[in-house]
Amino acid sequence: MTRTNLPGDARERITRRSPPRNVAGVMMMRMRVRTRLPRRSEEEQPIRRKEAKPRTVMRRTVMQTKERRGRREERKEGRRRRTVRLSLQQTHSLHSPFPICLFCSSSSDSNSNSDEEEESMSEGEMARLMEEVEEKKKLIANIRNKPWRMKRRLVHLKEAQQFVDKFEGALGKGKGRKWYAYKVMMTKKWIKFQRDFENFRTACIPWERKIKEVESHFGSSVASYFIFLRWMYGMNLVLFGFTFGLVVLPEVLMGLPYGSIPRKTVPRAEQDTAQDYSVLMDFNGYCKYSVLFYGYYNSQRTIGLLKFRLPLSYLMVGIGTFGYSLMVVIRTMAKNADVGGGDGEDGEFTFAWKMFTSWDYLIGNSETADNKYASITTSFKESIVDEQENQKDENIHLRRFLRVLANVMIICSLGGSGYLIYFVVKRSQEFANRDDLSWYEKNELELIMSLLGLVCPPLFETIAELEDYHPRIALKWQLGRIFALFLGNLYTFLFALFDEVNTKLEEEGSIRNASIWAMKEYYANFTRAINDTESTPPPMDPADVIRGPCWETAVGIEFVKLTVSDIQVSYLTILIGDFARAVIVRFLNYCWCWDLEAGFPSYGEFDISGNVLGLVFNQGMIWMGAFYAPGLVGINVLRLLSSMYYQCWAVMATNVPHERVFKASKSNNFYMGLLLLILFLSLLPVVYTIMTLPPSFDCGPFSGKPKMFDVIMETIDLDLPAFMGTLFSYAANPGLIIPAVLLMARDEEKNRRNNTDSTNQVMKDLEDLLPNRSLAPPPVPG
Amino acid sequence: MKIFIVPSIISHRLQTISVSAVFLSLQDCTFFTRKEILRLHGRYHELAPHLVPMDYTNDPDCKLPLALIVNMPELKENPFRNRIVESFSEDGMGNLSFNEFVDMFSVLSETASRELKAIYAFKIYDFNVDNYLCKEDLEKTLNRLTKEELTPEEVELVCQKSIEEADLDGDNKLSFADFENMITRAPDFLSTFHIRI
Repeated sequence: MTRTNLPGDARERITRRSPPRNVAGVMMMRMRVRTRLPRRSEEEQPIRRKEAKPRTVMRRTVMQTKERRGRREERKEGRRRRTVRLSLQQTHSLHSPFPICLFCSSSSDSNSNSDEEEESMSEGEMARLMEEVEEKKKLIANIRNKPWRMKRRLVHLKEAQQFVDKFEGALGKGKGRKWYAYKVMMTKKWIKFQRDFENFRTACIPWERKIKEVESHFGSSVASYFIFLRWMYGMNLVLFGFTFGLVVLPEVLMGLPYGSIPRKTVPRAEQDTAQDYSVLMDFNGYCKYSVLFYGYYNSQRTIGLLKFRLPLSYLMVGIGTFGYSLMVVIRTMAKNADVGGGDGEDGEFTFAWKMFTSWDYLIGNSETADNKYASITTSFKESIVDEQENQKDENIHLRRFLRVLANVMIICSLGGSGYLIYFVVKRSQEFANRDDLSWYEKNELELIMSLLGLVCPPLFETIAELEDYHPRIALKWQLGRIFALFLGNLYTFLFALFDEVNTKLEEEGSIRNASIWAMKEYYANFTRAINDTESTPPPMDPADVIRGPCWETAVGIEFVKLTVSDIQVSYLTILIGDFARAVIVRFLNYCWCWDLEAGFPSYGEFDISGNVLGLVFNQGMIWMGAFYAPGLVGINVLRLLSSMYYQCWAVMATNVPHERVFKASKSNNFYMGLLLLILFLSLLPVVYTIMTLPPSFDCGPFSGKPKMFDVIMETIDLDLPAFMGTLFSYAANPGLIIPAVLLMARDEEKNRRNNTDSTNQVMKDLEDLLPNRSLAPPPVPG
Repeated sequence: MKIFIVPSIISHRLQTISVSAVFLSLQDCTFFTRKEILRLHGRYHELAPHLVPMDYTNDPDCKLPLALIVNMPELKENPFRNRIVESFSEDGMGNLSFNEFVDMFSVLSETASRELKAIYAFKIYDFNVDNYLCKEDLEKTLNRLTKEELTPEEVELVCQKSIEEADLDGDNKLSFADFENMITRAPDFLSTFHIRI
């Protein structure tokens, strides 16, 4: 579409929009205005001052329409209906989206009709007026998306708001008037409330300044990690709120205190060492018999005056954790979906993208800016070299062979690490039977897992040098491999854990018999001693009762220990790998042969992908362990909070901006997708254990039941009215559940689609933005 | 910590308490919340305290020159800072009123729509303001980005390739439609064309 797009033309086109008879109307208006004594409303004055120097015809028109409207408003008090009638005529005549023209055309008509008798409005007119009001409301809602000048936006906004205010009342005629007025008032109040809430919410977002500082020094990719961390912190805070408020607090406030029943007391045998630091660090002793773990909770159906159903609440919170996380992750993915903008092939717009999207507007620091200039120059030079050489794959066979070799090596190392973990878990099971363990042997499993997580990724990177991929593709392969490593390790760990659980379950059978036997013996001894068969014996001291192995608490302890060791390793890595390195490079540089800062080792760069993956997997472990250790979520909240401050400090004090800057495309949604996958993978073990494994007989909120979810059945039978029970049994049909789940999934997909404005309107608006002066010479006519 | 910011916000608000009605309409016209607009007003005032009035109820007609605005820390290091401010000014010379100042940061904020950003990106890179990105515009952009480190042959090659890639209607320069088609597919556009204030 060819068009002459010079400012002069644009001006003409704008004025040409209003119909020719407007000129006569304008002249008439101006004369009328001059004859009346100015009795303007307050708002007229400042507008006049602003428009004191009209430079285009358009602005003059605007001024006149304002005067005209001011006069009309003065008559409004006495002649409301007539005003309504006037605007109705306008809506009849002109249905354009430009309110200026709406008011400036047919002005002569309105004048001549101003003395007519009032007539009642017909249904059709009312409907049309309502349509106009709705259109104006839509304009108000969307006005920030229009590419207009601010002045024009403010003018349109004011007009639209005045129109809506004036005629919203007029619409409330006839039967539903009071209801309509009430509805309108409630809508307004609701909008105001929403806006205040939004203001309040943005005021509550923490760490804005900190992230901005990191952003201006390191660019948007490093800052995206901290934004992700903040988002995780928010989600974990909500989960902590649920767990703490609905499970921990009721048990602490309304449940039985420590020491009253066997499950809440440290057994006699362990009581001597229960307070030792080493025992507490292992989460045994007093830690094990506290609200942190599953085993502490009592299985009483209702507790306290409020009849709070703790077992039901425990199960619901466990399921609700996953449900809420799923909802939040999907919602964030949907919001980010239009940010990605489509994964165009790398070859499609290489140079154009490099030119227009390589500069990061967030940079506010001169050193970072210098780095950025250098990296952009290098990137351009590389692309030029690529382009000039017309890259022919000279030795495609060698390249393929190298790639296959690299993949084989990596698969071998993945398999090796999986086997190592399995071996270590088996060893730890043997160790569980012994008592004389060194510190290393006690923590061997966690140490090995963390070390593998540290050592393998650099190993993969070195092997990947063989492959010779484009950096963006290489990054994707690297992330995929690290993901496979962590996943393999986690699942091997889980399988080994399940082995342990099964052993404990077998043990339980025999211990249960033993404990019942011991109880009988105790009573028998008691009656023999007192010689009175009528009185009931006092219950055995809780510390003496024989305890079952309580596999749930054991699983919870494993997860907590894993999380804690993960925290320790990551903090130590930052301290040694970044801080100590920076200190050494800085101070040893004075007396070293080569320049430590420029050559090896120099300062570290912030490893975005490693950190994000660590965060994602940490969250996976929390999701898995939260059901068995309600305190784990609280520990994670503390960890994320301290991590934020610690890593912000570390990044600013010890890291330098990246030299080679490229980002994984769609990085935000990539990490969210990873999080979603981990969520599903961590859901599986928990659901499996809830559905199939029997709970321990003497610890936890489900003790005594054949399966954990029997709590729900019990509640339906005892607490809800009878017909609900039959209703649920019908609704639990898989034939109903599967379509419901599919429908929900499809709804989410629909939410992700966004509307795009048509380009025509956009291009029209673009012309309006041109300033009055142009550096190009005016075109030669013809 | 957030606690220390509150007293300064309160003192600022006491001064501008009469202004909230005017700023309310700004809230509808931009992607900012009231708190952010108040903060922006504070920043605008800081640039020239003797010129900018604290009281905006009478809608004063005051504009700050280009030189003051491009010295803000957010814009100082940007190679396109002059073009950015010029694109948002009504007279094309870079003199911004407060409304235009807010408009500029609103378009460059995180929540602005992609289409809006594409429109203004086009205006920014259009150095000679002829509504086309011709070769001279691209050469100027490239030289600013690389601080003139590339040889003239390399500059010529890059500009030629860029136009080849994005030009759809074959007139050897990029119109807005060409530019928009290219930029909306760019994965990094929204994250790089963003200023946080």
